[in-house]
Amino acid sequence: MVRLPYLTALTTLLSYGILFVFGHLRDFFRKIFDWSKSNNLQGYAPICLGYEDFYTRRLYLRIQDCFGRPISSAPDSWFDVVERYSNDNNKTLHRTEKTTKCLNLGSYNYLGFAAADEYCTPRVIESLKQYSVSTCSTRVDGGTTKLHTELEELVARFVGKPAAVLFGMGYVTNSAIIPALIGKGGLIISDSLNHNSIVNGARGSGATVRVFQHNNAPHLEEVLREQIAHGQPRTHRPWKKIIVIIEGIYSMEGELCKLPEIIAVCKKYKVYTYLDEAHSIGAVGQTGRGVCELLGVDTADIDIMMGTFTKSFGSCGGYIAASKEIIQHLKRTCPAHLYATSMSPPAVQQVISAMKVILGEDGTNRGAKKLAQIRENSNFFRSELQKMGFEVLGDNDSPIMPIMLYNPAKIPAFSRECLHQNVAIVTVAFPATPLLLARARICISAAHSREDLIKALEVISKVGDLVGIKYFPVEPVKPNKVEHLKKIE
Amino acid sequence: MALAMVNVTASVLDWVSSYFDAPTRAVVFGVPIDGHLVVEALLVVVILFQLTRKSYKPPKKPLTEKEIDELCDDWVPEPLTPQITEDMTYEPPTLESAAGPHAIVNGKEVVNFASANYLGLVGNEKITDSCVGALEKYGVGSCGPRGFYGTIDVHLDCEQKIAKFLGTPDSILYSYGISTIFSVIPAFCKKGDIIVADEGVHWAVQNGLYLSRSTVVYFKHNDMKSLENKLEEVTRRSKHPEKVRRYIVVEAIYQNSGQIAPLDEIVRLKEKYRFRIILDESHSFGVLGNSGRGLADHCGVPIEKIDIITAGMGNALATDGGFCTGSVRVVDHQRLSSSGYVFSASLPPYLASAAIAAVDYLEENPSVLSKLRTNIATLFNELSDVPGLVLASHILSPIVFLKLKKSTGTGKTDIDLLDSIAKQALEEDSVLIATTKRSSLDKCKLPIGLRLFVSASHSESDLLKAAASLKRVAALVIS
Repeated sequence: MVRLPYLTALTTLLSYGILFVFGHLRDFFRKIFDWSKSNNLQGYAPICLGYEDFYTRRLYLRIQDCFGRPISSAPDSWFDVVERYSNDNNKTLHRTEKTTKCLNLGSYNYLGFAAADEYCTPRVIESLKQYSVSTCSTRVDGGTTKLHTELEELVARFVGKPAAVLFGMGYVTNSAIIPALIGKGGLIISDSLNHNSIVNGARGSGATVRVFQHNNAPHLEEVLREQIAHGQPRTHRPWKKIIVIIEGIYSMEGELCKLPEIIAVCKKYKVYTYLDEAHSIGAVGQTGRGVCELLGVDTADIDIMMGTFTKSFGSCGGYIAASKEIIQHLKRTCPAHLYATSMSPPAVQQVISAMKVILGEDGTNRGAKKLAQIRENSNFFRSELQKMGFEVLGDNDSPIMPIMLYNPAKIPAFSRECLHQNVAIVTVAFPATPLLLARARICISAAHSREDLIKALEVISKVGDLVGIKYFPVEPVKPNKVEHLKKIE
Repeated sequence: MALAMVNVTASVLDWVSSYFDAPTRAVVFGVPIDGHLVVEALLVVVILFQLTRKSYKPPKKPLTEKEIDELCDDWVPEPLTPQITEDMTYEPPTLESAAGPHAIVNGKEVVNFASANYLGLVGNEKITDSCVGALEKYGVGSCGPRGFYGTIDVHLDCEQKIAKFLGTPDSILYSYGISTIFSVIPAFCKKGDIIVADEGVHWAVQNGLYLSRSTVVYFKHNDMKSLENKLEEVTRRSKHPEKVRRYIVVEAIYQNSGQIAPLDEIVRLKEKYRFRIILDESHSFGVLGNSGRGLADHCGVPIEKIDIITAGMGNALATDGGFCTGSVRVVDHQRLSSSGYVFSASLPPYLASAAIAAVDYLEENPSVLSKLRTNIATLFNELSDVPGLVLASHILSPIVFLKLKKSTGTGKTDIDLLDSIAKQALEEDSVLIATTKRSSLDKCKLPIGLRLFVSASHSESDLLKAAASLKRVAALVIS
């Protein structure tokens, strides 16, 4: 939960107000100066009309160098950030040849498979030589290889469902599956903070979409009762089916979903559940099996479990795991299976090897060590940050921790200052988060050692003092009293 | 009786009119009060009284908790997926080697016509070497979206290479082939814009058109007269031409039919009616044109006239991902507003380096294009007299499309017939062919058929073998 102090809210609004006023003034003068210049559009409407791209031009371009920083090595715990310069006040950025080695607190590398790994990489290179880079074909035509069938069985076994199907990209998995499951006459109830891919999939399906308050099972029950009782809008016919879509870990908050309560509500009202485990598969749970294992929910209670391989397994692609009938149906109708190029074979081999390491089937206990390491790292880092007085969101055991910044000026200040001290941080602002709630997001990895974390804490504390984001009083003695932190005066 | 009524009515009327015409009875505050003023005042009071009464509405009774409980108990949802019957299960052939012109399926070596490996780059030595180097340096995945440390220098190099190859100012990479077009269209077309699209576009384009919420008008497949009519109609009806963005969406080589779009005609129409073109070159990039630069090269149209070009790299370039290219304004706009670019992890770096190596290969060996063209011509010739099937694709298209001469009646029996042809060709003659499979979500109405993807690395004997096999199997099955 975010507790926004009044003074901070006021100053943030004031900052945004000043930025908007300046932006409008500059637009006004730009219009006057361009009156004389001829318009070379010749009757075509411009690509962006009026104020559609006001935010981009006047706010985002000022701090453009904090986003999209190119790197020139693998996204491991330390990586090389390419330096960029600008000649026209951040409107265009050019790369240089110089790089700086920085500590990586931004990439989704939860179990440390991002760089070349001693078990995975030789096998990936072998599969590259055997199956080549791509199959150039869809799964149903001639793009299914032995690796794909092996991975589908392995994923089903890992997640705990009877069958699974693979896709080449996580975003497309959501956007193409939801229309195949539900159409006009159905209802989708999704959490208010769901990812853009789910929103796109829900919109593309043609079903009615309703939203329930984030992680609030009583509100979900209220919405369900009202919707089932009233039926479809205007005709009041009963809904054909209802699907509730939730995520395992929400990537902007770092919170786990309240899975047991939500599943109990869904079972009571006979609605289907769809769980998106993009960030939680492989990263939480005793053996890395995701939020179901962590929160003690039986996987048979959830109808469809979706996940991606980008985050914990260091590869690309997504999967859906469900009962055999659902998977057969999806293989026949899902457009991403029928029309899209199948997943690249080396990427498939990377996931197979990574899963074998996690399950311990490669003959070592590296998997268990990695899982223990990430849990320990996240809990240590989170408690230390809270002791220093930062406002950190998220639950224990979650490897994502956002630190609240609020003011728009603190976003580039924090980001640039940390980069000077060789720590690479990700800052997020509108439109990925609400306007007033800008934050810096840290993703911990199992590849970070204790020294790396201590260095990161030093730098963040120093920069935090400089920028002024320690909204809570520093706690010297009691590290675990998270619930009793006082509001700022 | 009637007389009495008349008398009573007359006397009442007299009485009322006497009051009405009564002379001034009193003077109040200097205003003389006539009799009729009293009646009018009384009327006004009565009207006001009625207006202030609440109108009668039947009282709203919200559902009680018990009633809601009963409704929830009664409600029975449909099953999540329909019942799967035995004949609906389909197991695709499993490859045990690379998807080159000769592949191994179920232990046997087959001639592979199901991979869109147009330039024969699957298994190429140089590409494999550059990938191995990239894998050892960068690992497999890129672990982040482009805005958050997922931009690796190979991505930027790849974008510049493609832009230089095509002759456009800039380009942008996407991490998956089909997500390119359905992210590009909603980034540029919003509610209220007008799009004129071909009715044979594939599902990803249809999804992009639906997500954009613009007004979409379809014209007959590859018919320029129909396009002109639709453009005329739309221009006549549009009210604010300066504020409404208008687009024509076409594919260079249509996946669903193998036809090639006549680009010079389309550019002429676009300039006449002031529309922008979005061209999807997934199957023509690296195939058409003297140097493989696509449809613009082939038709002799300068590349600046096409506003937005998108392509998937999973075909001629034998890698994965997609790109979009155009003017600097077009590409910059997508970096913040294209959802498949902003909210998704970036392309794995080894695929980007494979794309760079593939474009290098194409620049250095343009002779591979003429080999591809000879192969297509040979196959086209051989397949012109298959019993029961007729060629439906363009003579230059690397997707050779055969459809049934006479439909058997229903869509399902057509599919079964084509599937059995493909199955027999695989089992008896070791020729792997693909049938078009349509998703139930696809709105395209073009006929289904058999598709052969011709590659530059197919030898003449492969092509003759495939043609002979098809002729034999079709004669057996369609008689």
